[in-house]
Amino acid sequence: MGLLVKEFTDSNIVITKVEDLFNWARLSSLWQMGFGLACCAIEMMATSASHYDFDRFGVIPRPSPRQSDVIIISGTVTLKMAIRIKRLYEQMPDPKYVISMGSCANCGGPYWEHGYHVLKGVDRVIPVDVYVPGCPPRPEALLEGLLKLQEKIRKERISIKKV
Amino acid sequence: MKKPEEIFQILKEKFDKTELVFKTDIPVEPFIIIPALEIDKVCKFLYEDAELAFDSLVNLSGVDDYNGEKSKDDSGNEKMKGGTISVYYHLESIKLKHKILLKVSTERAKPEVVSVVEIWRSADWHERETYDMFGIKFINHPDLKRILMPYDWDAGYPLRKDYESPEFYQGMKVPY
Repeated sequence: MGLLVKEFTDSNIVITKVEDLFNWARLSSLWQMGFGLACCAIEMMATSASHYDFDRFGVIPRPSPRQSDVIIISGTVTLKMAIRIKRLYEQMPDPKYVISMGSCANCGGPYWEHGYHVLKGVDRVIPVDVYVPGCPPRPEALLEGLLKLQEKIRKERISIKKV
Repeated sequence: MKKPEEIFQILKEKFDKTELVFKTDIPVEPFIIIPALEIDKVCKFLYEDAELAFDSLVNLSGVDDYNGEKSKDDSGNEKMKGGTISVYYHLESIKLKHKILLKVSTERAKPEVVSVVEIWRSADWHERETYDMFGIKFINHPDLKRILMPYDWDAGYPLRKDYESPEFYQGMKVPY
């Protein structure tokens, strides 16, 4: 179901559903928190730069969690950092989304067995919407992750369906 | 420029009451073993003496020698009793272009080494890291606290061979 339900001959009027309009607005301007952790952050920065151009999907880095819609966990989450990540996530306003980028943030990656200081997956402290595999994932993979998140937001419903 | 053998001879003459050992029968570069509580005096001399002039502490690192009495506890984890933990000092003289490797060994049960922060300021964070990872207490260190692990980490020293990961840290599960 597309956004547009009906277009009148007067081109200034369209009819649509409220939730479609909200979802369209949300998924088209996912402001990202300017936040990086490790080598995945380098790929994330490359994705933001001109060649891959994250901005064409409306992803702009914001300097504050209070202005952000999505946090990309790009790198190894140490136990020390996990506490801070949880605090940052809690400071973001709803609706908020999480992309876990790379093996370290997904499950601990190469540190899964002997990493005494690494949290084995950021989903142990905050809920994750999209997992992007790779070590580190290429910018294309992160873009794919973002598109998956957009698909997820497009399907969101405001009302609860009655059975 | 001096060879390690010559440096050892100078130290031996200067510190005739201290037990110094020159170890060469190993595949890596030779080193001098120094008692843990004398290391600050030896280092001070190495720093101040005009024909040695070790003006730079390149690296300071800890090693678990893994030479204690090993045993397994009920859950199959290795435990160690006795044995030693060592600290290695890589010194270099930028002025005279020579270098030397020092080693001190200390009791695993009560590891204590005298700090060299007063001589080389670069030792500050290196000693804090060695304390963080091996639990070696550096006597006279100005600010001996954890540097990499969280300040409230109470599960022990991670690079010791018999270290066991805690089940939880601040409500977060630690093992995979």
